[in-house]
Amino acid sequence: MLLALPHGLSFSQQEILVFLTINVLLVASYRLLTLTGEWSLGHVVIMGVGAYASALYSKHFGVPVPVSMALGAGTAALIAMFLSYPLFRMKGFYFLIGSFAAGEIIRLLWKRFRDPFGGPKGLKRIEPMPDFDLGIWQFDFFEPVCYYYFALAVVAFCLWLMWRIERSHVGLTFHAVHWQDKLAEAAGVNVRAYRTLAFVIASGFAGLSGALLAHYIGTINPNSFDVEMMVFVLTWAIVGGTTTFYGPILGCIVLTILNEIVLREMGFEQARPLIYGLVLIASILFLPKGLESVVQRLVRPRAEKMEERP
Amino acid sequence: MMVELLAQTGLNAIYAASYISLIAVGLVLIFGVMGVINFAHGELYMAGAYAVVALYADLGFPFLVAIAAGLVFVGMLGLAMERALFRPLRDNPLGGLVASIGFLMVLQALAVMGFGVRMEHVPPVTQEVIVFSDKVRLAVPRLYVILAALVLLSALWLFLKKTRFGWALRASAQDPEAAALQGISITQTARIAMFIGAGLAGIAGALTAPLVSVNPHMGHSVIVTAFIVIIVGGVGSLEGAVVASVAYAFVHTFVTTFWDGVIADIVGLSLMLVVLIVRPTGLFGTADRA
Repeated sequence: MLLALPHGLSFSQQEILVFLTINVLLVASYRLLTLTGEWSLGHVVIMGVGAYASALYSKHFGVPVPVSMALGAGTAALIAMFLSYPLFRMKGFYFLIGSFAAGEIIRLLWKRFRDPFGGPKGLKRIEPMPDFDLGIWQFDFFEPVCYYYFALAVVAFCLWLMWRIERSHVGLTFHAVHWQDKLAEAAGVNVRAYRTLAFVIASGFAGLSGALLAHYIGTINPNSFDVEMMVFVLTWAIVGGTTTFYGPILGCIVLTILNEIVLREMGFEQARPLIYGLVLIASILFLPKGLESVVQRLVRPRAEKMEERP
Repeated sequence: MMVELLAQTGLNAIYAASYISLIAVGLVLIFGVMGVINFAHGELYMAGAYAVVALYADLGFPFLVAIAAGLVFVGMLGLAMERALFRPLRDNPLGGLVASIGFLMVLQALAVMGFGVRMEHVPPVTQEVIVFSDKVRLAVPRLYVILAALVLLSALWLFLKKTRFGWALRASAQDPEAAALQGISITQTARIAMFIGAGLAGIAGALTAPLVSVNPHMGHSVIVTAFIVIIVGGVGSLEGAVVASVAYAFVHTFVTTFWDGVIADIVGLSLMLVVLIVRPTGLFGTADRA
């Protein structure tokens, strides 16, 4: 179904579909970070680190684009590791504000230093994905449909990886660090190391989503990764709910459809943030456990009935 | 020459400290009593500025009337937030924060729809300038902001330390449950804190409207500054917020004058990070409520 999806859509909707695919990766990586109980406000800037790094590698060192994307993700993870030393001295609210400050500093550095970051105007003419020929199929990555398939494959693989990480021993420890950090510590778990690990892994995936974005739109600037974008990610995660793997993804898809398709096509251009804000407030007031709780309510009674049968 | 430049920069810093402290003290008051970080605080400031745009610049009311209306209007916005958002979400601090982000988007969108994204021009209240020397001058509207901050913050201090309401407010900031057991209405104190906190942001916006560029997104830089100030001062400490406002304003203004604005922002944020790392409770903070 996901493969057939783009063919029924208009060109601009296909473009939105590409962004949506990239954002799904971003919000899923954000959930991986929140597994240990810390909410960051710097995640979008980390995504930007991946985007800038990948764009610069391909531009200045002539690294082939797919390789530079992987390197961009690695750079984001590396930067996250450096940031984790000061940031994980804090917890809770202080971590939230601290991550925000760290992110803003990075963003201001991009703005301040024209070389190599391009200053306020950012980087332009970023290398696109090279076309390639697969016999019967020819991929021209300027076409949204082709890039969509490419992004979908990458994102699907990453989601599978994240799913495996969460199910693994390491992932279970993340949960333990969140809900029982004192107990986990007493049981010999290095709580801070696991917090750092979750932060670094999540940042790597966020960096990859940034790289995917940069080589698609071809131009990035410091404002592409500002607080407003962070608010969107936060909203997706909260409206969707973060206790399940699919919750944030669900939130991202539902809100993107609401925002881009319904409101834009219905001609509420100026009122979009207004409605978005009201939806955010309504969902936190009336659906504090997120959209995932609705799904669970729909699915669970059936499962319980199955169990009741002798 | 150098002395004059220093004196002028110092005057600019005092002006900046005045309106920053009005905003930050309101934010701290709300956090202290309700335990929630109000992300929409910058937009309350923006709403105050637009009250002056509407009443003073567009409809021609006297400036003082516009300021009073701005104070009441933004205070009422604060009451509405308390009733609609923070009271139902009292047991959910993260929820309160997210709801205030939603409210921020609503206020911003309303400003865009009502006034457009363009910068508004507010005619100056007076053209008078106090001339200390050739290079050292202080525009009288800026003097008004400084005086207003001094008067309002002193009044708030007296209110908190000397009246029964203030006493109740401080009690519920220290320990809501114990305060409730003593017969203090948490809802009532929350209302008062929200009205004062929002009203201070509104009056800061109203007073500075003729001096800054009024636009729907002006709240962003203000909220970042306010966050830095309340972290450095210690979350929940009113005195800390004032001291940190003055310190931040001086550092930021001097760095802007001698280097540039972006570097000044980086320095401010780095200061906050250092405080967070070395002393997370801030310079004046005591209780850890996070």
